[in-house]
Amino acid sequence: MLILARKENESIIIGDQIEISIVNIKGDQVKLGIKAPREIKVYRLEVYNAIQEENKAAAKAKAELPELSVFLPGKAIQKPATKEVSSKLDISESDR
Amino acid sequence: MKVNTKPYGTIEVDDRQKIYFPYGILGFETFREFVLLDALQQPFYWLQSMEVPEIAFVLINPQIFQPEYRLEVADTDLEEIDTNKEDSENILTFAIVTIPENHSKMTANLQGPIIINRQNRKGRQSISLNPKWKIRHYILDELSRVREEVC
Repeated sequence: MLILARKENESIIIGDQIEISIVNIKGDQVKLGIKAPREIKVYRLEVYNAIQEENKAAAKAKAELPELSVFLPGKAIQKPATKEVSSKLDISESDR
Repeated sequence: MKVNTKPYGTIEVDDRQKIYFPYGILGFETFREFVLLDALQQPFYWLQSMEVPEIAFVLINPQIFQPEYRLEVADTDLEEIDTNKEDSENILTFAIVTIPENHSKMTANLQGPIIINRQNRKGRQSISLNPKWKIRHYILDELSRVREEVC
């Protein structure tokens, strides 16, 4: 890993399009400013990693899903009409 | 078209239930083509990979257990599926559900919502800009809270 020392208001450039500046340093926190093309996604790494991990856990879902109503006896879950996806995606019965 | 699904085996699915994810889903970037299915158990949906039957996500509409949930994501995320904030009626928002062995501990990911433009059927996983929405919301706890408030 390349390690560079920078002071407040100094910057680095990555490639010719990504610019990262040190906006402010206060105690143990550094504020970064990032200029990048819109298609380059910038995320906090821990958020990005956590969502990836959660997706992997979610993908292990068993084919048989629980009925929510089992967990909340006496409180009927509002059942949306069947063919919910069709209505959300505007797929009408007639043009099937 | 026929799709081999994890929950229901090979079934017939309307072509228009096909959702294209130009960037895949985080951790599953190479899978681009999915179908959106109603699960037999309401109020869940399945987002099923068309390429690999084992890859399927359970989805839920976040407003069922979090009525205050509003989509707050980067404009560029919406642009990438050819839509924008003003077009909210054509944006479908879902949360991916994680179901552990103990079903009562199932959680929904509100930090990484799945958004779908229902007009061109393009989707992506976005990241919420509002820190209030976390990766694990306990669906049953929040659902019973919603119900108590209603009663």
